[in-house]
Amino acid sequence: MMNDIAGPMVHAQDVHKRFGSLEVLKGVSLDIEKGEVVAVIGPSGSGKSTFLRCLNHLEKINRGRIDIEGETLVTTDAHGVCHYVADPDIRRICGKMGMVFQHFNLFPHLTVLQNVIEAPMTVKGLARDAIVPKAEALLRKVGLLDKRDAYPSRLSGGQKQRVAIARALAMEPDIMLFDEPTSALDPELTGEVLRTMRELAEEHMTMLVVTHEMAFAREVASRVVFMDGGEILESRPSRELFASPEHPRTRAFLENML
Amino acid sequence: MNYVFDIMGPLLEGTAVTIQVFLITLVLAVPFGLCLALLRISRFKVLSGLVNGYIWLMRGTPLMLQMLFIYFALPFVPVIGIRLPDFPSAIVAFVLNYAAYFAEIFRAGIQSIDRGQYEGARVLGMTYPQTMRRIVLPQVIKRILPPMSNETITLVKDTSLIYVLAMNDLLRAARGIVQRDFTTTPFVVAAAFYLIMTLVLTLGFQRLEKKYAVYDE
Repeated sequence: MMNDIAGPMVHAQDVHKRFGSLEVLKGVSLDIEKGEVVAVIGPSGSGKSTFLRCLNHLEKINRGRIDIEGETLVTTDAHGVCHYVADPDIRRICGKMGMVFQHFNLFPHLTVLQNVIEAPMTVKGLARDAIVPKAEALLRKVGLLDKRDAYPSRLSGGQKQRVAIARALAMEPDIMLFDEPTSALDPELTGEVLRTMRELAEEHMTMLVVTHEMAFAREVASRVVFMDGGEILESRPSRELFASPEHPRTRAFLENML
Repeated sequence: MNYVFDIMGPLLEGTAVTIQVFLITLVLAVPFGLCLALLRISRFKVLSGLVNGYIWLMRGTPLMLQMLFIYFALPFVPVIGIRLPDFPSAIVAFVLNYAAYFAEIFRAGIQSIDRGQYEGARVLGMTYPQTMRRIVLPQVIKRILPPMSNETITLVKDTSLIYVLAMNDLLRAARGIVQRDFTTTPFVVAAAFYLIMTLVLTLGFQRLEKKYAVYDE
C-alpha cells in the first residue's frame, strides 16, 4: 500500500488554531511513527478533536506546519502566513488518512454495503464488481456482513460505528483518525467498537485516537498524549504515563477519570 | 350527457394546452431552480446576492404581470428586447417565476442536511460536486417531496393565467362555451379535468414518498 518512507507518518509542528478570538490550539507539535497507536486524552475543550480535524483539513490552521508521510500539507512562512498546497494535493494527501467520527456520519440513504463502496467507486473510479468482494471482506471483518443490505437507521450505534470503520478502511488509508468513536454510544455498545479498533491496532495500522476510554488508551495505545488548554502537556508510552503521570494536571485528570 | 360529449372536443384541446404549459415549465424550472439554489448558497456573495434579488423580484410580483410584461413590454426593452409569440412568452414567465419558488424549496432542503454528511464525504476524498450529486441531493429529494407536491399542484392551476395572452387553455375554453351556450356545465367538466390532473400528481408524489421511505434518517 505504501512505500517505506523516512520520517514520521504524521508530523505536526507548532500548530495554532483560533475560532474567532478563542485560541483552541496554542502550538501543538506531534510526530506519529508508522504502526504507532497514539491515544489523545484530556478534558473537554482541551483541543483534542480540533487538533485531529486539523490534520485532515476539516479545520484550517492559523499557524504551523503539517506533513503527512513526508508530504507537506501546510506550512507557515516567515511572516506568519499559512500556505496550504493546491486543492487536488490536499485531497490526495488527506486521502492517506481515514477518519471515524463521534456521530458516525453514515449516509442514511445508502445501505451498509453502498456506504462502504461509495467512495471507492466515485473517488477511485473502481468498478462495482471490483470493490464489492473487498467491501464484503471488510464487513465480515467488522462482523456485519449479514447487515450488508440494511439501511443505517436499522443498526445500533455500535454497529453504525463498525460500518463507519469499514467504510474508512475501504479507501485503504495508511493512517486512521478516530474522533471520540465511542462517546455517542451506550456503554454496553462501546466494547464491540473498541474490539474492532484493537484488531486494527494488532494489524499495525497507524492510529490516532481521541478518546475518553482510559482502558483502551492504557491497553491498546502504544503512546498516550495528554492535552489541556490547547497544548500537549505530556506525551509518553502509555504504560509509563498511566503508572506515573508527570504533569500535575495529567495526574489530576487521571485521578478524576479512574 | 350528450351535451357533455359535445363540448368535450374544445375542452380536451384546452387541456392539451394546459398540460403542455405545465410539463414544459416543470422540466425547465426544476433544473433552473436547482442552479439558483446552488448559487444562492455559494460562497460568492455577489452571486448569492443577485440570486436573492431575483427571487425577491419573481416572488414579489404577480405571475400574470410578469407574463404581460414579457409579452407586451419586453420588445421595447433596450439590448435584451425581443418579441416573443404568446406561447413562448407564457413559458418564459412560468419558468422564471416557478424556478424562484423551486430554488427556495431546494435551498431549504440542502441546508437541512447535517454538516456531518459533508464531512463524512470529504474525509473519503469526495469533491464538492461529488458530495452534492451522490450524498446531499439524493437526501434532499426525500425531504422536499411534500413542498414540491404542493408547488406542482399549484402550477397545474396557475396555467389558467395564460388566458391573458388570449391562449385557449382548459379554463378559457370552458368559459367560451359557457358564454356561448348560457350553461355552467362546462365549468363543472373543467373542474373535473383539473381534479383528475391533480389526482395523478398527488398519487405520483405519494408513490415517490413511499419509494423514499425505505430509509429513515
